[in-house]
Amino acid sequence: MTAIVETEATSAEAREAGAEQLRCAWQPPAGWRYWTSANNTQVGIWYAATAFAFMLFAGVLALIVRAQLAVPANDLVSADFYNQAFTLHGTVMMFLFAVPIFEAVAIFLLPSMLGARDLPFPRLGAFGFWSFLIGGVFVCGSIFFDSAPSSGWFMYPPLATNKEYSGIGADIWLLGLSFIEVASIAAAVEIIVGIMKCRAPGMRINLMPLFAWYLLIVAGMILFAFPPLIAGDLLFEMQRMFDWPFFDAERGGDPLLWQHLFWIFGHPEVYIIFLPAIALMAMIVPTFSQRPIVGYSWIVLAAVGTGFLSFGLWVHHMFATGLPQISLAFFSAASEAVAIPTGVQIFVFIATMLAGRVIFSVPMLFGTGGIAIFVIGGLTGVMVALAPFDWQAHDTYFVVAHLHYVLIGGMLFPVVAGIYYWYPLLNARMLSMRLGRLAFWLMFAGFNIAFFPMHLTGLRGMPRRVFTYPEDIGWDWLNLVSTIGAFIFAAGVLVVVFDVLRPKQREPKGARNPWNAGTLEWLNEPEENWGVRSIPPVESRYPLWDQKELMREANAGAYYLADAPEGRRETMVTSVLDARPLQCLRVAGPTTITIISAALLGAVFVAITFEQWIVALAAGIGTVAAILWWLWTGTGEIPERETRDVGLGLSLPLYVTGTASVGWWAMFITMVGDGTAFASLVFGYFFYWTIHADFTAGLAGPGWEWPMAALALFAGAWAATFAARELNARGSTGGMRLALLAGVLLAVAGSAAAFAGPWTYAMQPTVHVYPAIVWVLVIWVMVHAAVGVIMQLYCLARSLAGRLTREHDVEMHVVALYWHFLAITALITFAVVGLFPEAM
Amino acid sequence: MRIIPTQVETLWTLFTAPAVWAAHFLFCYVLAAVWCAKRGDEGFGVVQAGVAAATVVAVAMIVLSAWLAWRQWGFGTDDPPHDDATRRDRTLFQGFATLLLSGLSLVAVVYTALPPLFIDGCAS
Repeated sequence: MTAIVETEATSAEAREAGAEQLRCAWQPPAGWRYWTSANNTQVGIWYAATAFAFMLFAGVLALIVRAQLAVPANDLVSADFYNQAFTLHGTVMMFLFAVPIFEAVAIFLLPSMLGARDLPFPRLGAFGFWSFLIGGVFVCGSIFFDSAPSSGWFMYPPLATNKEYSGIGADIWLLGLSFIEVASIAAAVEIIVGIMKCRAPGMRINLMPLFAWYLLIVAGMILFAFPPLIAGDLLFEMQRMFDWPFFDAERGGDPLLWQHLFWIFGHPEVYIIFLPAIALMAMIVPTFSQRPIVGYSWIVLAAVGTGFLSFGLWVHHMFATGLPQISLAFFSAASEAVAIPTGVQIFVFIATMLAGRVIFSVPMLFGTGGIAIFVIGGLTGVMVALAPFDWQAHDTYFVVAHLHYVLIGGMLFPVVAGIYYWYPLLNARMLSMRLGRLAFWLMFAGFNIAFFPMHLTGLRGMPRRVFTYPEDIGWDWLNLVSTIGAFIFAAGVLVVVFDVLRPKQREPKGARNPWNAGTLEWLNEPEENWGVRSIPPVESRYPLWDQKELMREANAGAYYLADAPEGRRETMVTSVLDARPLQCLRVAGPTTITIISAALLGAVFVAITFEQWIVALAAGIGTVAAILWWLWTGTGEIPERETRDVGLGLSLPLYVTGTASVGWWAMFITMVGDGTAFASLVFGYFFYWTIHADFTAGLAGPGWEWPMAALALFAGAWAATFAARELNARGSTGGMRLALLAGVLLAVAGSAAAFAGPWTYAMQPTVHVYPAIVWVLVIWVMVHAAVGVIMQLYCLARSLAGRLTREHDVEMHVVALYWHFLAITALITFAVVGLFPEAM
Repeated sequence: MRIIPTQVETLWTLFTAPAVWAAHFLFCYVLAAVWCAKRGDEGFGVVQAGVAAATVVAVAMIVLSAWLAWRQWGFGTDDPPHDDATRRDRTLFQGFATLLLSGLSLVAVVYTALPPLFIDGCAS
């Protein structure tokens, strides 16, 4: 954008009026209402601060663990407390820090990096945050009541399914974390739609910041990685609460199924943690090399390649379980292959640094130090990916050393680099470079002193998770050194915390874009909440370097959406490949509904943990009511006019429907995750088939008649919903309403037929795993049918209220999409439970 | 009917080769796991032949994907970084990135195909 014509409309006065409108529209609420904000800036900061608080808490637990292990035969803490401490340490670090911190950073940074004002579903982001806070406090708080989970962070049965040994801690783990996993999937939906649809005009996919590329892949990975764990949690809780024997070998179950489901989640999760951190490096390294990244496409290769390959690694956590060696070999091969894309990104960074003139500031110290540590962890990873070596090192401190090298080098150090780098966006001041250097050297030295000796302790045979050890078997001094290192490391972390929290009001405000970075987030003015003053057209990977006038003119309000005449929060929706402007999207402002919904849903999970069924039911009904209220009042709003003049002579629609709408995308993405959870249950069904000669154990199945009847009825319900959408599009409102009613009736009848199968054959889920897995699949369909019926009735009510019309039918499209997925779920379920046993 | 597909405008082609790797990996693992659970070492040649056949199919699909990517990349007439704000550069970038991913996927498929060459039984 070069010459801006000075006309009446762009005069200084009109610009100031536009700025004032924007300021009003985006102003965060004051007083206690501040907490009702849904804006990405506030939610991002809360999210990050909460995740850090959990990290410090888990860090204290680690120090207790290290203190206990400092000398042999120590009795500082009891064995049971020690078990709770290390379990909670791992659990909190993984589920309440490593994954959420990336969601926090994404929510905070992505919109401004993409040139958007906010992500497309701000309330979903806020809901995710509140869910995370409630679930996290619940899980962490348990240790103060001596009831924290104590079976290790991956909760292996039969230890963790045994109520006598594992107590209520295992339930707290399963339900508290399931709740948080829901929040992660919500964040994934938000991030995918944000990256695909909300980039600044002209930001084609070859110009997208690499951070966005990484996050797109990571969010996609979440959709395929978290649902298997949710499915596993479901089976696990059914066993603990109702004695359904999914993991009980005596009744046909198998503890290994849990290991499969856990690690199908758990291994990709390592990369879900690592990729966003390396994405921070992909932004920091070019800035401090003062040149564009070398090998942008190679980074995309690495991100996509790692994203896929990381799903072929899960069994390398199960090398010692006695699986056929041919199976181990496949996973060993994939584990070696994933080193290729991982290596590519390291070399890209090195090449970029070599090609530019590197400024070794604090973010670069943490970044390069972290990568050095990560490389060591990666190399020991290649070692343990070899099955014979793993058999020696499995469950020893060697693995503890390996995983901390990977996670702290690959995640924590880059995140601290990110804090030093992006801190000026928070309050226009820098963190102290002196304290930063001190923190780095304390952390870097402390880390290596703590964790390097663990390789040796492990090779000398010390198993992980023992609460003490005898003297004179060669573990004493190594453990003492590790403990000293851990406290030095913790001192470094404290310096960072002090630096972030110390008051800085007296310091002068620094320049904007203090590092002379090239990407759009540095347009941000910390004292304004609007993201960008006006949304610039993008023509480069590093717009602030290459588009010389961009910062000045964007700040002057010369570009898109420089005002808010109706006082609404608005951002732009653009096309996936070329970022052509498509829509002016109105996003939500402050609201209490997100807090209410999260609190009610949290109450459901807490009540189930303590087996308070009536409370759980009441809270469940409350949750559904709250979410319906949220949808009814806040989505599918019919705008007062068709289009909005967004500036620069461009006029965009305010309402779009069908596949062009962000709501359709969100439903599609959610249902992909939902489908993965379902596929995990089906995997369980066939898993039991493989391990038994007769997987039905001679017990009656549901027959084929009822399942086929259910299938036919669900097909009818799907057809009716689809017909309703088409009839509405043709203007037949009455026909649509009738079709919706028919769909409701067919879905209810289908659910009844589904239930009748296992019911009439008196299948007892506590007797054997076969009836249990059939019941789980049938219940899965019935719960989804119930949601489908609520959706059909919702559309009917919207139509009767005049909020769903022929032109404004986005709800109808979203619901029809849900029903496509439900139809596939029903087809697979009833074919599997009804026909497969007949065919065997 | 055309044998070679025309060039399409979508993000999804980027994921073709890794998706082929995933399908191939899953097929090999499931085939071996089910065979070993149900039959054991008896007739293990079927697993080896199955992996070999799946590998031929997967390699063929990846090579096709690579060729399409090469075409999308303009047969390498332009060098990266492909960072102009044009539709042409966006297409070239897609082609180049897809080509790189095809290479990685090919290597990963070959890795997966190796174990049955050296292990001729379940060995459990």
